[in-house]
Amino acid sequence: MSMGMGPMRGAGVPVQKSRDLRGTTRRLFSLLGPERFKLALALVLGVASVGFLVSGPQILGNATNILFDGIVSKMLPVGTSKAQAIELLRTHGHGQLASMISGMNVTPGVGVDITRMGQVLGVAALVYLVGATFNYLQGFTMSGLTQRLMSKMRADVEVKMSHLPLRYFDSHSHGDVLSRVTNDIDNLTTTIQQGLSQLMTSILTIVGVLGMMFWISPLLAAVSIITIPLALVVTTLIAKRSQRHFADQWRQTGSLNGLVEETHTGHELVQVYGRSDATVAEFNRQNKSLYLASFKAQFLSGMIQPSMQFISNINYVTIAVLGGYRVASGLLSLGAVTAFIQYSRQFTMPITQIASQMNMLQSGVASAERVFEFLDASEELPDTLEAPLAERAGVQRGAVTLERVSFRYEVNEPLIEDFSLEVAPGETVAIVGPTGAGKTTVVNLLVRFYEIDSGRILLDGVDYRDLSRDQVRRAFGMVLQDTWMFSGSIRDNIRYGRPDASDEEVVRAAEAAHVDGFVRTLPDGYATVLDEDASNLSSGQKQLLTIARAFLANQSILILDEATSNVDTRTEVLIQEAMSRLRQGRTSFVIAHRLSTIRDADTIIVMQHGRIVEQGDHESLMAAKGAYYELYESQFSDAGT
Amino acid sequence: MSLWRLLRRFLRPYLRQISILVVLLVAQTIGNLYLPNLNADIINDGVVAGNLHYIVHTGEWMLALALIIGVFSIVAIYWASQVSMGAGADIRGDVFKQVQSFSARDMNNFGTASLITRNTNDIQQIQLFLQMALTMMVIAPIMCFGGIIMALHEGLKLSLLLLVAVPAMGIFVGAVMVRVVPQFRSMQTKIDRINEVLREQITGVRVIRAFVRNESEAERFDVANVALTKTALNVNRTFALMLPTMMVILNLSSVAVIWFGGRLVNEGAMPIGNLTAFLTYILQILLSVMMAVMVAILLPRAAASGERVMQVLDTTAVISDIVNPVTPHELSGRVEFSNVTFAYPGSERPVLDRLSFTFEPGATSAIIGGTGSGKTTLLNLIPRFFDATEGQLLVNGVDVREQAREELWRSLGIVPQAAYLFSGTVASNLRFGREGASEAQLWRALDIAQASDFVREMPGGLEARIDQGGTNVSGGQRQRLAIARALVKEPSIYLFDDCFSALDAATDARLRAALRTGTENASVIIVAQRVSTIMHADRIIVLEDGRVVGMGSHEDLLETCSEYREIVVSQLGAEAAR
Repeated sequence: MSMGMGPMRGAGVPVQKSRDLRGTTRRLFSLLGPERFKLALALVLGVASVGFLVSGPQILGNATNILFDGIVSKMLPVGTSKAQAIELLRTHGHGQLASMISGMNVTPGVGVDITRMGQVLGVAALVYLVGATFNYLQGFTMSGLTQRLMSKMRADVEVKMSHLPLRYFDSHSHGDVLSRVTNDIDNLTTTIQQGLSQLMTSILTIVGVLGMMFWISPLLAAVSIITIPLALVVTTLIAKRSQRHFADQWRQTGSLNGLVEETHTGHELVQVYGRSDATVAEFNRQNKSLYLASFKAQFLSGMIQPSMQFISNINYVTIAVLGGYRVASGLLSLGAVTAFIQYSRQFTMPITQIASQMNMLQSGVASAERVFEFLDASEELPDTLEAPLAERAGVQRGAVTLERVSFRYEVNEPLIEDFSLEVAPGETVAIVGPTGAGKTTVVNLLVRFYEIDSGRILLDGVDYRDLSRDQVRRAFGMVLQDTWMFSGSIRDNIRYGRPDASDEEVVRAAEAAHVDGFVRTLPDGYATVLDEDASNLSSGQKQLLTIARAFLANQSILILDEATSNVDTRTEVLIQEAMSRLRQGRTSFVIAHRLSTIRDADTIIVMQHGRIVEQGDHESLMAAKGAYYELYESQFSDAGT
Repeated sequence: MSLWRLLRRFLRPYLRQISILVVLLVAQTIGNLYLPNLNADIINDGVVAGNLHYIVHTGEWMLALALIIGVFSIVAIYWASQVSMGAGADIRGDVFKQVQSFSARDMNNFGTASLITRNTNDIQQIQLFLQMALTMMVIAPIMCFGGIIMALHEGLKLSLLLLVAVPAMGIFVGAVMVRVVPQFRSMQTKIDRINEVLREQITGVRVIRAFVRNESEAERFDVANVALTKTALNVNRTFALMLPTMMVILNLSSVAVIWFGGRLVNEGAMPIGNLTAFLTYILQILLSVMMAVMVAILLPRAAASGERVMQVLDTTAVISDIVNPVTPHELSGRVEFSNVTFAYPGSERPVLDRLSFTFEPGATSAIIGGTGSGKTTLLNLIPRFFDATEGQLLVNGVDVREQAREELWRSLGIVPQAAYLFSGTVASNLRFGREGASEAQLWRALDIAQASDFVREMPGGLEARIDQGGTNVSGGQRQRLAIARALVKEPSIYLFDDCFSALDAATDARLRAALRTGTENASVIIVAQRVSTIMHADRIIVLEDGRVVGMGSHEDLLETCSEYREIVVSQLGAEAAR
């Protein structure tokens, strides 16, 4: 598969969106490339297994023939030859019987040759056992193959995730990305696991059975083969119709699930705003249409099985009648007819199966397409490795310089134009502005989540572009807006920025962030395991833990992104103390709603509508009576009255 | 078993359909069992006797029978689909309605996410099981017993073979299931684990990159991936044993039938045609065992789902209306707390401790305090999401427990902490509490909520699309729309639960000024973290650890309440507290 390392194409937009069933299938099979020997082995095993299993009924038929020969022989007078016996029958008016016997291997008067029958049956048992063993080996090989394939695909997705630019995650809904890397991969795994192996067996069985049928009786085989197009036509006719209702069913399910989700989530609102009855009525309406759609889909798709059964029965009857005729006319042995009946039963089954496997494969291919789209999304430019800066190790002072930086998310929407800023080590830069003004854009550029369009950013005098992204990020300690925790212990979460920190250091960081006391009230203390989304913590507590995390990471530059807006008012006092302690000796970028806390910042950057509109210290900005002045007045005019 | 109870309850209305279904399936199965018998006749009386006419005649019979079987099965499928899908829809409807009657405590006990799954996926599982069970569970036993009877009929002695073949298959299937079922469960937890890691990597992408943890995340993923691959491989390899072994049992049975049957035929104890029929019957008996296995595979999942659904249906809401509710004389909007205490069951310390105060119509009251001080709980008592443990809460002069909740809610306008919008349009969201509101009324509410500017800019204005949860508008816009939604309802009591937090200071200030005029005759109760939001309230209540530590105006509290002063200093600086 292609993991295009080329230049970024239009903001991480998937290469193509058109549904290309054939192309996706081909690509899916091309993934099997490294496994082609195993695949060939599985195919050989499959052919062998089908070969053995398919010859079983034929051998059993031989045994039946021996039996039948013996029975008929017994009925004929002892001591006569076969020719004499036939002649005898003819003269007695049993012409039909005579011609049948002429096609048989009879020795008049002698009974069933039990020894020979036993030998033949022994061979049959052996053939079945060997066939089953090959069948098992094929299944064994195939499951190894598919599991390795899916494991590889999951690993590819993981690698891809770390190569995607942040722009991709910002411009795609998390739910959709998640659904691609989880639901779609799951669906694909199930499909490949069950579908591939079964499809192989089904096709091989059809070929094998058909071969045997032609070998036994070309006439009966020709009759049976008519059922193939009949079965296909019936199946596709029904499937086409039921497919429509299935699509309808899934659409209705989606919409009903949406309603359930939304109603249960907004439960209290629905109650207080008196919408219960209206919602139940809407639910019943949708539930009713879902019922109709699913009923039709189930009924129609359920019709395939009985229809195939009917076709199979027609085939059965035809063979019984025609075969009876042929046996009676001595053109065919009874054993051949019995074998044939068994074959015809084995024949319609794989056809029905292929129909349902095709359905399943279609949904699998649709999932594969979505996964491939994800894998094809354009990646971040690789770090320039020509000048890997080992020299950076010594000079962690924390000076940041922006020189004539320009950046825009959309090509036509200029955001930051020609922006310059010099931050000396230890200085504090505050970024203010109303919600949605784009304060996080500055952070995105500083830690190189996004690449600037022109100009340059220097870290301790070194151009970002001469550093790896990781080198840039290692210089920053961050308390971000989203208080993300991973499912693991509190200790490991605090340690996230510095995995090698000792337990004492973790405790010290927690103390500094005033979260130590709270952690100790938990039954398991620092070993308490946070569940997904850390729902067992309040937002304030999560915030405190992220602060502790930043404390421990101990970097020369600090980014505080609306860090204190979620913490309760009393703890905030303590946090602010801790924060100013943390800021000492470090360069810091602070993003906050409250202007009181940033009055003493060295530089204040004022943003509006995504753009930087003002820049300066508190006094000069107040004197300018611009955007900052207005913002400040609106907040403190309240305090004045 | 819960699933059994659930099915008994929801299948009862379909008894008539189910009886028709069973009759059809029995007839169909008998027909299928009779076909090989006719085939035996063709061989015995037609082929062996050389009677061509008989062969054709019986053939016609078989064809007619096959047609009847086909028609019967299609009609049976019709009823089976109707019953399974119908019962599924009924369960879904009942669960939904049941959840509608739940109180906040019930919602918390189950968890919203879990209730959603129970109302959707779980019922889908049951429906799937029902569809399979309704046909297979009827056919399999009939086919099995019918097959056995027919086999006995064809050859009594030969049927002794069944005593070996059927238990052999049963034991083998049982052994595989015992091994595979726990493996399946373990595989599911491993899939969940991988999905958890991936979800974390998507939601935490900024943090992971900021702390340069790509490599350790990749390791975490690898561990999960290797574990899943290993388990999946085990499961699939064990399962790969299933089909070949069943085929071996089936085929060896056929071999044995011919061996033993052949001797019987030779001794003249059985006609040869019966042997072929017997082969078909033994095949059908063993197939019915396989069918039962397929249903058995689905059973554990369906049983788990059934239990989860039944738990919802068995729950009686903690809070419900009394039999003869009292209707207040007038909807004044007065809210009176009298010695109200609230504690979660089993907890030692109450969340709210003997609170007494009154919210008067026409006045704005604010509640401030740290996290865990009980602000939101206090607010939740008013719409009776929870009941006070002690004391009395009067709304419009009547104890909330004596009112019909729908009646009580009519006078309340709530704006919760997390602003939540419903999918639809801006207008449909605004009309949520009052369907007949005019456009002018909607615009007035939007004006007050400082939302008319951005709504006007949205494509379609009032008719602009809103996604589920309101995810297509910004947090601040969502809050303003939620406020406007409450204003459209024009209730006599407003409950604002910290719903100004995503607004910038300037918008916040303008909104509050407009709100004062927009809610003149109502009681307004605001919970907030930010002092600037509430300092103009007529009265501020300072809560700490569920107790009132200060009550009065901003100026009063600066003088009298040290906790309040502390909050002001921390947020507005020492100057503001002077």
